[in-house]
Amino acid sequence: MIEILKARLRLGRQTVAWPDGPARFPERFRGRPVVDAARCTPECTACLEACATGAIASPGQAGMALDLGRCLFCGECADACPAGALTFTRDFRLATRTREELVVTGDEAKLARALDDRMRELFGRSLRLRQVSAGGCNGCEAELNATSNIQFDLSRFGIQFVASPRHADGIVVTGPVTDNMLTALRKTYEATPAPKLVIAVGACAISGGPFAGSPVVNDGVAGAIPGVPVDLFIPGCPPHPITIGDGLLRLLGRVTHDDLRVEGTGLVEAEGTP
Amino acid sequence: MADLLETWNGEAVAARDVPVLPVDRFQDGLCEAIAAGGRVSVLFGRRHEDNRVLVTAVVADDREGRLGLLSTLVGARCPSLAEEFPALQGFERELAEQFGVIPEGHPWLKPLRFEHAHIPVRDAFGRSEPFPDIPGDYPFFRVEGEEIHEVAVGPVHAGIIEPGHFRFQCHGEQVLHLEISLGYQHRAAEKLLEEVALPRALRVAESLAGDTSVGHGLAFCRAVEALAGVEAPPRASYLRGVALELERLANHVGDLGAIAGDVGFQPTAAACGALRAEFLNATAELCGNRFGRGLLVPGGVRFDLTAGDTARLAGKLSRAFERVRESAGLLFRSPSTRNRTDGTGVVSRELCDQLGLVGPAARASGASRDVRRDHPFGLYRFAHLPVATAETGDVFARAWVRWLEIERSAAFVADHLHGLPEGPVRAPVPALPPGKMVVSMVEGWRGEIAHVAITDRDGRFARYKVKDPSFHNWMGLALALRGEQVSDFPLCNKSFNLSYAGHDL
Repeated sequence: MIEILKARLRLGRQTVAWPDGPARFPERFRGRPVVDAARCTPECTACLEACATGAIASPGQAGMALDLGRCLFCGECADACPAGALTFTRDFRLATRTREELVVTGDEAKLARALDDRMRELFGRSLRLRQVSAGGCNGCEAELNATSNIQFDLSRFGIQFVASPRHADGIVVTGPVTDNMLTALRKTYEATPAPKLVIAVGACAISGGPFAGSPVVNDGVAGAIPGVPVDLFIPGCPPHPITIGDGLLRLLGRVTHDDLRVEGTGLVEAEGTP
Repeated sequence: MADLLETWNGEAVAARDVPVLPVDRFQDGLCEAIAAGGRVSVLFGRRHEDNRVLVTAVVADDREGRLGLLSTLVGARCPSLAEEFPALQGFERELAEQFGVIPEGHPWLKPLRFEHAHIPVRDAFGRSEPFPDIPGDYPFFRVEGEEIHEVAVGPVHAGIIEPGHFRFQCHGEQVLHLEISLGYQHRAAEKLLEEVALPRALRVAESLAGDTSVGHGLAFCRAVEALAGVEAPPRASYLRGVALELERLANHVGDLGAIAGDVGFQPTAAACGALRAEFLNATAELCGNRFGRGLLVPGGVRFDLTAGDTARLAGKLSRAFERVRESAGLLFRSPSTRNRTDGTGVVSRELCDQLGLVGPAARASGASRDVRRDHPFGLYRFAHLPVATAETGDVFARAWVRWLEIERSAAFVADHLHGLPEGPVRAPVPALPPGKMVVSMVEGWRGEIAHVAITDRDGRFARYKVKDPSFHNWMGLALALRGEQVSDFPLCNKSFNLSYAGHDL
């Protein structure tokens, strides 16, 4: 017992300072991209050619846009761009309320808006979610699990993942929604009592990600449950636990500040690309 | 072994040099190789003219570090070898599902992952399109009797876990039989790998099993490099080795925490849950992503470290490892833990070999089997890692082998971060040549990953076969439960911690 207590003391406080304090990210972390089409060489399509998921629209033109719903944040486009028209910042705040807001055209963070007053009254201090993996590779699932560990500890804010849809206020979907999971996903949604939320986590659940266009997937959760809109999109491959937490807390109106609170870990320098 | 084409891990051959034998000689060849101590690492089909299927086997000779390739042409039927060699049961079911080849005499011929056939053939299971919903359409083995009850779990589980269906036949608390029906995660990944351009195929490979992005990504990159006839520079090999061991460390540490959680030992559960992040974060320091996505590229790696970086990273990892050592010690010394783990979910050595288990699950049953030693690749050709084994084959042994591997991987990472060779980290990769074939194996944290890539006459993938270690090991979990209490299932499951996506592809 004394040994256990000593080990506990040596481990110290593990919970991160975010959201009140800064979130700490490595120098090489790739968060919200910045698109500066003015730098483009006309007719250049190097970024699109390097992109695995065709996430870039109108490359080399004034209307160039990067769709975070499809982006895997691999950074190959930024490497390929000879002019610096695409760069990734360490802004971890990526979640949005609409699919359209995921399309980045400049240097503006589009932060997720809070639910309306009635929904916030219901869920603001206690949000129970049922997770459904529908073809998820276990990347997004692992990061969702991490939100409950002692580092990120979203239960501080009353956010918990529960064992049954009957106990839940909404579902969190990961994966491109395989045909083989379609029925189970619909039944889980139906089993959740209303009012309820649908949250799409990761590129696969938003657009199909690298599996988009596979003959046996549904390219994400939008449309997989007929007539049911998605309330929150959290992009990434997979999104960092703090990105997930930021999205959920903004949805609940528990985080409202506009300033970016981030600092480096000071371990490894940024110049990583040879 | 006269009829085999000899090759080794990551060595491309001309696809036409693989001998195509009559079915009986092909099967005799397999039986002989297995009797001589060989293992069938992969057995897969591909489309051939005149409605037949070209079946190729990769036989691993672990002692000599060699691989043998042999093929045969089959029609709609083929005698099954699964009765004699249960390790082949999954491969034969896969052939039936993907190519309609019915293995005659197969003792357990059921759908494997509810995948549509790759060629227009009659469904081997007599189903018609569209397939009815699973798992309702699965012929579960049933135990009959007045006091027998059935427990059905999944596909949507209690925790944040991938989907699968588990059907227990129970007498009271005792499990007489567990059957695991998978396929919910099937994304047609092999087809995508064959059809999409290389940059996207790499991302698909990294997401085959998302907790094994480096393992599968590396198998993919090494397959492409072997086909193209290039080798990653030494510095890249080191960084790849470091990333692969960091992936093993993160997952093994997380598993120790999860096992602690399932026996209700909170101190290690809480600490390892957080300590796992130290290793994920180290990977993110290297490449920006906690799972190592974006690090690898055919030809090398996309990121490098300065001397200052490696020193700071090594220091941080060594402090994290000391905390892991402390937490693991608490777990293994706790009598309440040992009470739950010792003798629970035993897989005997004999059963392990029959089923062809791989990775820590096999090593926990005493099978000294590790691609890093037996079929070394990249960094592991020069730097040897001692293989960790245990004898008892129970939950304790699977946890203990993980701890031993954590210890060895941590030392390996520290050594190699300090000793990075100078030079570039990326070599150019030319277009792939036509008509080549390669087997690319990597010891992922769950065990042997094998990718087989074959190029067509235009240098594109004619077939890309993926085998995740979970393909073998799910049956190990099912049989480990026999005679156990149903309430010990979560613990046994965590001690294997298998991939659903990796199995379902």
